[in-house]
Amino acid sequence: MPWDIIFGVSLESLFNASMIAYALAAIGLNVHFGYTGLLNFGQSAFLGVAAYGLAMTVSTFGLPFWVGIGVGLAGAVVLALLLGIPTLRLRADYLAIVTIAASEIIRLLYRSVTLSDWTGGSDGLQSFSDDFFALNPYSSPLEVGIISLDARELWVITVGWILIAISLLIVFLAMRSPWGRVIKAIREDEDAVRSLGKNVVSYKMQSLILGGVLGSLGGFILALSKAAVQPDTFGTEFTFYMYTIVILGGAARVFGPVVGSMIFWFLLAFINSLLPELIKHGYMPEWLMKTSQAGPFGYILVGLGLVLLLIFRPQGIFGDKKEVMLDGR
Amino acid sequence: MADDTTVAPGVARAREALKDVPHEPGAKKKDPILVADSVVRRFGGLTAVNVNHVEIPRGAITALIGPNGAGKTTFFNLLTGFDRPDEGKWEFNGKSLAGVPAHKVARQGMVRTFQLTKALSRLSVIDNMRLGATGQKGEKFWPSLIPGIWSGQEKEITERADELLVRFKLDAKREDFAGSLSGGQRKLLEMARALMVQPDMVMLDEPMAGVNPALTQSLLGHVKSLREDGMTVLFVEHDMDMVRDISDWVIVMGQGQVIAEGTPDTVMADPRVIDAYLGAHHDGTEHDPEAVAEEIAEEEAAADE
Repeated sequence: MPWDIIFGVSLESLFNASMIAYALAAIGLNVHFGYTGLLNFGQSAFLGVAAYGLAMTVSTFGLPFWVGIGVGLAGAVVLALLLGIPTLRLRADYLAIVTIAASEIIRLLYRSVTLSDWTGGSDGLQSFSDDFFALNPYSSPLEVGIISLDARELWVITVGWILIAISLLIVFLAMRSPWGRVIKAIREDEDAVRSLGKNVVSYKMQSLILGGVLGSLGGFILALSKAAVQPDTFGTEFTFYMYTIVILGGAARVFGPVVGSMIFWFLLAFINSLLPELIKHGYMPEWLMKTSQAGPFGYILVGLGLVLLLIFRPQGIFGDKKEVMLDGR
Repeated sequence: MADDTTVAPGVARAREALKDVPHEPGAKKKDPILVADSVVRRFGGLTAVNVNHVEIPRGAITALIGPNGAGKTTFFNLLTGFDRPDEGKWEFNGKSLAGVPAHKVARQGMVRTFQLTKALSRLSVIDNMRLGATGQKGEKFWPSLIPGIWSGQEKEITERADELLVRFKLDAKREDFAGSLSGGQRKLLEMARALMVQPDMVMLDEPMAGVNPALTQSLLGHVKSLREDGMTVLFVEHDMDMVRDISDWVIVMGQGQVIAEGTPDTVMADPRVIDAYLGAHHDGTEHDPEAVAEEIAEEEAAADE
C-alpha cells in the first residue's frame, strides 16, 4: 500500500486551492446563513459570476487581468442586488427559492450555445490567468516530506491564504461591532430589530453583498488554480457542499468555514485515495467493490461521516451546544 | 379622597389632564401625543379595524381593551408601521406617520413590544439592550471595521444599558443568552430594551400575557414608572385588574371600532362594553347582561370604599 501517496494527497487537501476556494465560499455563506440567517441557496452563482467575470474580461474581450478582477467583484455586487431587491422584503424562504433558481439560470446561461462565443459554452474558457502567473515569485517546486507542490500551485495557495486571512479579519471585525450585533439580531427576529429603529432590509442587503463578495474571492481562486472555468463547476451541489462546510465548522463562528472546509476535503481526499488503493492491492474483494465504484462510494462514506458528526455534535466543531439547544424564539 | 396626598406626580398630572375629557368614543384630549383619523384595515371581506377618530393623551397610561378579534393588535401594528392600512392617517407628536416604515416610526420615538415576546435568543442580555440604542456610529458597515470610531459611544450605551438592567433587576443575567430567560424575564427585557431607544411613547402589546404572578407586580411597577418619567404608554391587555390598577384612560374596541372611552371605572360600567365582551366570550344565553353590570358595579363600590 502506498501510504505516503494516500497521506500526501490527504494532507495536501488541508491547504490546497480547492480547499481554499470552498473555504472562501463558505466564509461568505457563513455571513449569509450563519450570522444573518439568510437562506442563500445560490452561493455557487457568486463564485460563478466572479470566475466568469474574470475569464470573459480577459479571454473573450482581451482586457487586462485587474480589470477582470474588478468586473468579477462588481458582478458579485450586482448579483446580490438583483437577488436581494425583490426578495429581502419577503419571508426568508423566498430568498432560498429565488437564489437556487438564479444560480441555475446563470449556470445554464454560461453553457448555452447562443452565448458560446462569449462564454465558451459547456467547454468554458481558458487562457486568462497568464498575467496572474506572471506575478509568481516562486520559481521552484516545494517538497516537504510526502507533500510536493509545484510553483504555480504554491502561488495560488499563497494568494488564497492571504485572501482567507483578510476575509476572516473582516468577518471578525464586522461581527464583533455594533453592525454585527444588528446582523445577528436580524437572524433571531427581524421584527424585533425593526421595532428598535433599524432598517432591516438595508442590513440584509449589506450582508448579502458582503457574503457574496467574500464568496466571489473563492471563485477567483477556483478559476486561477485550474486556469480554466467550466459552467458545471457552479451547480447546486457546490452550494450544498458549502452548507455542509459551514454547519460542520459551526455556523456563525469566524474560523468555522475554514476548519469545516479542511475536514470536508481531508475526508474526501483520504477516502477517495484509500479506496482505489485497497481495491488495487486486493484488500477489498472485487465482488464487493470495483475501482469505478470507489469514487461514488467515497461520497457515501463522507456523507455518512458528516451525518454522524451532526447527530453527535450538531453545533459543529466550534459551536456552542448550549446556543444550538436554545429554542429558536 | 384621603389618599390624594400620596399620589405620584405622574398620576396627578395625568388625572388633571383628563379631568374634563368627555367619556365618549373619539373624545378630544388637551394635549394628545397621537391622533388617528379614519384608519381602516380590511382583510378580504373582513374589516378588522375601522377607527374613526381617536386621541391618545400625552404622559398618561392608556389601556386599549376589547374582546378577542376586536382589532386591537391590528390597530397596534398599523400605528407602528408593521402593517399598512387601506386608508387613514395619524399623527405622532404633530408629524404624520401614515406610510412610514416601522423602523422610522421607532426612530421618531414610538416603540412597541410584542404579544409573543421577541427576545433575541442567541444574543446575550446585554447585547439585546445595546441593540436598542439609536444613532450608533458602529452600526454602519465601514466604520464598524474600525473599533476606535465606535468604542467610546459603545461604552456610553453599555453604561445606560447596565443602569436599565439594574432597574429591571436583570443585571444578574447580563451575560446570559436571552433565550435562557423565563417568560416574565423576557417581558422585562423587552421593555427595558424598548427604553434604550429613549422613546416618547411606549406601546405594550399584552405585557402581562404569560407572566407568572410573582412578576406581575414588578412589571406593573415598571409600567407605572414610565409615566413618572414623562413617557406615554399605550397598552393592550386582557387582565381587567391590571387595566383598573394602572391605566388613567381606557379605550375600548369592538369589531374594529372604538366603542367606548373613559376612565377605567366608567368604562367598565358601560353597558356597550359589557355587551361587547359578553358577545365575544359567551353565547349570550347563559348570562343576563344587567346582572353582570350590577355585579361589576357592586365590585367597584367595594373597591372604592
